[in-house]
Amino acid sequence: MDSLNQYNKDSADALIVAGKAFSSRLFTGTGKFGNHHTMEAALLASGTELVTVALKRVSMDGEEDDILQHLHHGHINLLPNTSGVRNAEEAIFAAHLAREALQTNWLKLEIHPDPKYLMPDPIETLKAAEKLVKDGFIVLPYIHADPVLCKRLEEVGVAAVMPLGAPIGSNMGLKTMEFLQIIIEQSNVPVIVDAGIGAPSHAAAAMEIGAHAVLVNTAIAVAGDPVRMAIAFKMAVEAGRMAYNAKLGTVKSYAESSSPLTEFLN
Amino acid sequence: MFINEFEGYDWDEVQSSIYAKTAADVERALNKSKRDLEDFKALISPAAAPYLEQMAQISHRITQKRFGKTVQLYAPLYLSNECQNICTYCGFSYDNKLRRKTLSGVEMLQEAAYLKEQGFEHVLLVTGEATKTVGVDYLRDAIRLLRPHFANISIEVQPLDEEEYKILAAEGLYAVLVYQETYHKDNYKTYHPKGKKSNFDYRLATPDRLGGAGIHKIGLGVLIGLEDWRADNFFTALHVGYLERKFWQTRYSISFPRLRPATGLIEPKVVISDKELVQLICAWRIFNEEIELSISTRENEVFRNHVIKLGATTMSAGSKTNPGGYAVEPESLEQFEIDDSRSVAEVKQMIEGNGYKAVWKDWEQFTMTEKV
Repeated sequence: MDSLNQYNKDSADALIVAGKAFSSRLFTGTGKFGNHHTMEAALLASGTELVTVALKRVSMDGEEDDILQHLHHGHINLLPNTSGVRNAEEAIFAAHLAREALQTNWLKLEIHPDPKYLMPDPIETLKAAEKLVKDGFIVLPYIHADPVLCKRLEEVGVAAVMPLGAPIGSNMGLKTMEFLQIIIEQSNVPVIVDAGIGAPSHAAAAMEIGAHAVLVNTAIAVAGDPVRMAIAFKMAVEAGRMAYNAKLGTVKSYAESSSPLTEFLN
Repeated sequence: MFINEFEGYDWDEVQSSIYAKTAADVERALNKSKRDLEDFKALISPAAAPYLEQMAQISHRITQKRFGKTVQLYAPLYLSNECQNICTYCGFSYDNKLRRKTLSGVEMLQEAAYLKEQGFEHVLLVTGEATKTVGVDYLRDAIRLLRPHFANISIEVQPLDEEEYKILAAEGLYAVLVYQETYHKDNYKTYHPKGKKSNFDYRLATPDRLGGAGIHKIGLGVLIGLEDWRADNFFTALHVGYLERKFWQTRYSISFPRLRPATGLIEPKVVISDKELVQLICAWRIFNEEIELSISTRENEVFRNHVIKLGATTMSAGSKTNPGGYAVEPESLEQFEIDDSRSVAEVKQMIEGNGYKAVWKDWEQFTMTEKV
């Protein structure tokens, strides 16, 4: 039993983002839930310590917004996002609003001028990230699974990168798998796979290849039972991380029992 | 311009091709992951009627995936019923005898205060077409006055020029709803015999001008009851497809206004049944997974209670369709009779009863120059 506990501890190895330690590697969203109580229950069940909130949904008229009242838990940190902006200028404006309204420097930078597929704009994102880092923000940019863009963002000082697995809300899984692997291999900042994760197995797969965390929203929020699904994701992320730490065996597409080509060397 | 694409189509040919769709066409459309215009034709065709429950299931699933368990609420705010157009179906038609009323700034704020009290953050400003009283200057002043009180302002007014839309966009205007009413060019004339609205081509080009002006969202639709709703919705879909390719940064929404009884006006030439309207809504959702679908209080309680789960994403509630109808002078004549007269609180309760959340605010003006 002791050794099992030891393993569990290993699997909960802390993730450090911008100097802050997270024991849960499951980040979550707050949109799409049928009501705030279900949202709160699901987020608590998931064990998440970082939840993203769309600034456009938060009331700015001074009174505390309803959604925030459900996120007042010591272990839950807010990650405001800039959803709704179309360019760097709007994103920078939104970031400052967010800092004021939610009292945090943390920011999920998302700039998707395309309202249909919500595809992130790499050019505007890099521009905004550079400025926001200088303005003292802890910037986590939502981007395509583009390895070069990740390195460029790292160079301007972002705290992590958040490449997509598939279009937001699509539940399609890790369509960008090959590129995510390159990003993870090359990155000096945490890689958080965001968007497209539609099932716990997708989250586990992302963790198995070495992603530092995943962000999940739609798959939990619109599940028949969001609380149960949140727990399933929690377990999948932990399992994936543990598998990564345990070093997965190699997948083989051939048998190894004999060596007909090199046998003559023996 | 859309008109170039539009002129490549013939109404009668489109109509007969829709009616020629078969069960096999419908099944092919249902089993694809991306549907094209031919699939849309099949989904709105009579051949799809037996597949209604299946369409509803798909529509329900993909709507929740995209929009979550939420319904966006808004309120129309009628600013004026003055109008120089004759539209044979509209209560505000120039030849209709009623007392004309245009809200002053003070009255607008009274109406706004009432709507704020109800919880609304998104409002839709509505006027007739009377250039001298409710021209672009009036609209600019109205938006400037109301902008600090609401998160999001849309308009449903006469079509404007691109430069005029730019003026309003600079004031913080978010969306413009402009319904073509019908894409049947010949018959359009008979419904709109007099006034600027009788110019079919100018109206058809309005979304092009809106896209050019950088308006965030464009609402399209036809008035169901004028011409064959299937053909009219095909043309709407064609229009949206053109716009999505050209103005890729713009958001789109579709409405399904059914011709409602209004004082002294024509009876609908075409009647759409509730079943057919559900088919139409589901067809739109299956065809375009990302588009907003809006249902007004023209529809009755039972229909609205159920349509939330079938693909609708946006609703008005507690609406008044007469200028000053909320607080200034509630007794004046309405543009059309509304059918769901429940209070905002009752509609909110109904939404929650369905397991959905009413969303009041889904927008924030993120520009430095315009927010003071």
